[in-house]
Amino acid sequence: MTHIELTDTEIIKKVLQGEQAVYAQLVHRYQQYVFTLAFRFTDNREDAEEIGQDVFVKAYRSLADFRGDSKFSTWLFTIVRTSCITFLRKKRLETTSIDNERTLVQLENRESGFNANTVEQKSRHAMVNQAIRMLSPDDAQLITLFYKGEQSLEEIGKIMGYDPNTIKVKLHRARHRLKDKLEKHFSYAHEY
Amino acid sequence: MRMNTEQPMEERLWNYIDGLSSQAEKSAIEALLTEDREWREKYNELLNIHRLLDASELDAPSMRFTRNVMEEIARFHVAPATRTYINKNIIRGIGAFFLTMILGLTVFVLTRFNWTGGSSDNVAAKDIDLGLSKLKNVDVSKAFNGAYITVFMLIAVVMGFILLDLYLQRKKTAANP
Repeated sequence: MTHIELTDTEIIKKVLQGEQAVYAQLVHRYQQYVFTLAFRFTDNREDAEEIGQDVFVKAYRSLADFRGDSKFSTWLFTIVRTSCITFLRKKRLETTSIDNERTLVQLENRESGFNANTVEQKSRHAMVNQAIRMLSPDDAQLITLFYKGEQSLEEIGKIMGYDPNTIKVKLHRARHRLKDKLEKHFSYAHEY
Repeated sequence: MRMNTEQPMEERLWNYIDGLSSQAEKSAIEALLTEDREWREKYNELLNIHRLLDASELDAPSMRFTRNVMEEIARFHVAPATRTYINKNIIRGIGAFFLTMILGLTVFVLTRFNWTGGSSDNVAAKDIDLGLSKLKNVDVSKAFNGAYITVFMLIAVVMGFILLDLYLQRKKTAANP
């Protein structure tokens, strides 16, 4: 039996007609993108998974509001970004006092945990993912959207709330900072 | 000195790598890459990062992710589209109503000023005299007799009719879709 893959628009149409089960295809198609973007923001798998599930539930509930004037992924990633910001804001409010100390320790671990020998044994993918995680959430999301999210500068602008030119400049800076991290923590310059 | 030249070079090279340069810029950079060793080295360095990022992989959530989402959404329904219950014309109408109110009031206040009160003596003092001392003498009944107020009321009534018409039309469409 041949399996015909439905387009995003076809899936959405079916879901809006009441075929709830078809939504699983959309979840399956975008779960890695959504999870990665959330993970870049939270740096915690459990939190990223929680945000990811919340994003798909929100998207399902407001699916009738998707007008189709942008790609479904662009619309979905906008929900990811707002959910991440809300999540972080909430979390910051909950744990302000203990956090100051913990953040410092986490930052130190983030820096020192990626030193020399251990990292050099890992693959390039792991190395680049770890370097991205050392960037600020904004830089990390921007790089992920551009390289893995199949989004243009205009679309990223829509998601992040900036104009395309600002996104271009931010992307240059993010890559510059990534290069610094690679050189500082992964002996990048010697490897390539 | 090196920083000043490096920054634009990097930006121009990133644009070139991302395919965002114009045709003229593309040709200029290609010429620089052939002639200038520094440009070539920088280009290779940036291209390596670009390739590395391009080949990076997405993280995967747990195996139960899709099932968890489907179990969660089973408790919900798709909410009706916002556009079906928020009529933009009504919002615009309300906005226009308040705008007309503000404009009407501004015109009214401006007509109450004594614009001919100044003379060459003691100009500074008279320039800032906006007739506030006369406020207590203002006859409120005059406010509703002026031509501006009549026009303002007329616009408000017309807009009220427009809003009523929009509301009735919507009701009619809803009754006979």
